[in-house]
Amino acid sequence: MSSTTPPDVSASRNTAIRGAGKVVGFVDERITSSNWLKRNLRKIFPDHWSFLLGEIALFSLILIILSGVFLTFWFKPSMAHITYEGAYVPMRGIAMSEAYASTLELSFEVRGGLLMRQVHHWSTLVFIAAMSAHMLRVFFTGAFRKPRELNWLVGLTLLVLGVANGFTGYSLPDDLLSGTGLRIIEGGILAIPVVGTYLSYFIFGGEYPGEDIITRLYAIHILLVPGLIVALVTVHLMILWYQKHTQWPGSGKSEKNVVGYPFFPIYMTKAGGFMFIVFGFILLMSATVQINPVWLYGPYDPSQVTAGVQPDWYIGFLDGGLRLMPPWEISIFGYNIPLSVLIPAMILPGVILTLLAVYPWIEQKVTGDKREHHILDRPRNMPVRTSLGVAFIVFYIVLWIAGGNDFFATVLEIPVNWVSRFLQFSLILMPPIAFWITKRICLGLQRREREKVLHGRESGMIVVSPEGEFTERHEPLDPHEAYELVAHERPVVREPEPATDPNGVPNPNYKKSLRRARLSHFYFADVIDKPTRDELERVHHHHEEIAPSSNGETPQHGASDDQGGQHH
Amino acid sequence: MTTPKSEEMTYPAEHSEHTGEVERRAADGDPIPDPGLHEPPPRYTDVDPSANKRAERQVVGMFTLASVFIVASIVAYVLFEIEPSEGVSNVGDVQVSNFALGITLGLALLLIGIGAVHWSRSLMTSPEFAEKRKPLTSSEDVRQDTLASFNTGAHETGFGRRKMIRNSMFGALALLPLPAVVLLRDLGPLPGDSKEHTVWDEGVRLLSDVTYEPIRAADVDLGQLINVMPETFRELPEHGPERLNERAKSPVMLVRMLPEELSPAQGRENWHIDGIIAYSKICTHTGCPISLYERTTHHMLCPCHQSTFDLADNGKVIFGPATRNLPQLPLAVDDQGYLIAQSDFTEPVGPTYWERGTR
Ligand code: HEM
Ligand code: FES
Repeated sequence: MSSTTPPDVSASRNTAIRGAGKVVGFVDERITSSNWLKRNLRKIFPDHWSFLLGEIALFSLILIILSGVFLTFWFKPSMAHITYEGAYVPMRGIAMSEAYASTLELSFEVRGGLLMRQVHHWSTLVFIAAMSAHMLRVFFTGAFRKPRELNWLVGLTLLVLGVANGFTGYSLPDDLLSGTGLRIIEGGILAIPVVGTYLSYFIFGGEYPGEDIITRLYAIHILLVPGLIVALVTVHLMILWYQKHTQWPGSGKSEKNVVGYPFFPIYMTKAGGFMFIVFGFILLMSATVQINPVWLYGPYDPSQVTAGVQPDWYIGFLDGGLRLMPPWEISIFGYNIPLSVLIPAMILPGVILTLLAVYPWIEQKVTGDKREHHILDRPRNMPVRTSLGVAFIVFYIVLWIAGGNDFFATVLEIPVNWVSRFLQFSLILMPPIAFWITKRICLGLQRREREKVLHGRESGMIVVSPEGEFTERHEPLDPHEAYELVAHERPVVREPEPATDPNGVPNPNYKKSLRRARLSHFYFADVIDKPTRDELERVHHHHEEIAPSSNGETPQHGASDDQGGQHH
Repeated sequence: MTTPKSEEMTYPAEHSEHTGEVERRAADGDPIPDPGLHEPPPRYTDVDPSANKRAERQVVGMFTLASVFIVASIVAYVLFEIEPSEGVSNVGDVQVSNFALGITLGLALLLIGIGAVHWSRSLMTSPEFAEKRKPLTSSEDVRQDTLASFNTGAHETGFGRRKMIRNSMFGALALLPLPAVVLLRDLGPLPGDSKEHTVWDEGVRLLSDVTYEPIRAADVDLGQLINVMPETFRELPEHGPERLNERAKSPVMLVRMLPEELSPAQGRENWHIDGIIAYSKICTHTGCPISLYERTTHHMLCPCHQSTFDLADNGKVIFGPATRNLPQLPLAVDDQGYLIAQSDFTEPVGPTYWERGTR
């Protein structure tokens, strides 16, 4: 296939190609575009399913924007009170806000309106889920390491903005559920020391709920936050494009190259196709699975509530925090700080976000590693990072389950108090347990791989030696597979500097270096190292003595660094 | 087949803080050398011309079918009306229209997508390439030049020498955000003492929230729970935020239990009428309206985060995250036997806020 020569554009008989040539010519004569295009059209993108998560986020965002614009044509962001006379018969004659009435209009009087509402909501759930999964993949593979710390921060900001916009959107229809959500937010704002009450009055235009909040949230929801999201996604993708994508370790791949398929046509067609698949999937969901049927909840009335209804999934962990918190409150000279609200609603998310934001730098401190990294870590090769990640996931899941503690109490037919107590203990105990288990699993996997590299794959064949000893026959690994298992670097456990220099003068850096050494031990002391060449040779030698046939031949040609461009 | 030009750049030597480790690693020797790029086995469409043809037919089939579904979606739009007929709910029609539009459009999009991916996976002929990475750090020369340019520019401004210009400019810029904040002042009124008052007052009758009729003490049954609003609520203007705001503040729940089941705190002995007792319905946690009453235990559960209050014991919190008892409304009976309030609530209702205890 590499024998076909690319067609000459100007001489082409194909009108489409000649037309494209003309357009490129027109643009090039004005902004020198070919310079850039030449370098980028055939840019290489590595391929792996886990790289699709970010794409799903991007494509669902597009769908969010498209469906959202449709919704703005009918939605009225007004809390003015009217009496409903529209198409939804059960609500006729009921007093409600214009916002709620126009949501009913969208659902019952506009063909495709309900579909677009459901598309908008479903793609939001997919958007935030995909961003979260994408972020986990970036975390567990170490893709946040230098030089990608900036994109880690941009991504984290996108996640926060996504959740924030999801919440403001959820509030817009002004139905009973969205109002209840807003009320809890108001409680959270009131809990802020010193300025809380004033903030609440400024945000709501006076006492809760007032008549302004929907109009204000609308401006934030359709203009401010989406503008920021689109700007940051652009930055995110430009940085990604410039830095080139990371790749999984494997034969022929190094820190100095990127192996994959050209942007045009392979990546473009595949990603474009994948975009339509995401669109299609969300449309099919919206056609078949009802979401947020506001007409069943009724208009917002601050004195009413419905029990047993859950918020959107990404708010669940915050709600869970509110539910699990013990009733703590501080009062000083009559001024109150309701910790039972302040901690789960403000402090906890703040702490989580700060830790996530600084994690790349924490790890840099531990490793002292300032080099660029373009080869991803296999999670098992960074047992402590992986375990920290899993512990965080478990912490999050416990909070999330707590957000539905009444649901689980009903299902299990036990008092909700028991569920809450159990989850309170779980929140403290489960993350360390998860850390410990995950670390064991990682180390176990590492040990197994080390064995595999040393002795080859278990063949399942049992051989009996002349002495009557039973052994399992091991088969040599394919060199590509074997290389993948040892392509990572050896971890370096850092030791503290000496406390005094040879003349007995105390080392001023000793304390600092001791702290670093401790962290380094925490991260790397237990890591199972891959075999050295010596070990491998010794084992092979031994194998040859007892079974000369199992000689794992390792070809010595083609070191990856001089791979670039000369393959084929 | 064009191969991407390898960039004529050299990669800077690895700059590790601890060069010793790099050396050690090299000395250990990595156990298995890189065997070089893996040539993937040929696809069946590369070796079998009929498989190739079949894949082509499949892609064409999917794109064509997508067109059919696109047309079908327009047909569905026209075909499935959702006009409501007089007095009959059109929920069914809406659901049919939603389903038809969504399925047709969804399948069309899905088919376009799968077709494109199939095309690129089984028919496009680009092999895998290895492209060199450019170093992301600019060379030392360029960095020095940049710094020099910056220094030159900074020198030309005289920024360092003309301290007055610099300081007065910083002063002006530091003040600039203030008007931006001040301009937001009219977002809302100051709280004043509005959080401390409701429209409850001495002598205000309790109205049932369902019928808006006053409630006669004698008509409240044992174990019954009634949602209540103050009579003064009806005097508020029909339009404007006052009614809604009052509904967020004034709702009350009225229950009746045996007087001997009550254990009123000091000073509250005469706040109930023969076992009829009234509490604010607004949860002291984050303000949800409380709604789940358990008759036998007199426990009141908030559906939002399960704070539980004991109505027989002054609305005390017995479980959950709420930190304060439910405010109690002191009750009396007027000369016609209707329930009235002795006064407004004696403490602010709803969630805790900073200044709450100072009023
Ligand atoms: C609007 C939301 C987001 C969109 C549209 C988006 C899109 C993308 C896409 C398409 C890629 C390339 C493919 C891939 O690796 O998945 C990417 C890479 C990246 N994303 Fe995001 N992302 C979003 C949110 C996030 C979040 C929440 C984080 C983490 C905090 C993040 C961190 C990164 C990093 C560090 C890279 C570079 C990783 C690499 O090259 O392997 N992104 N993003
Ligand atoms: S609002 Fe009642 S428990 Fe949280």
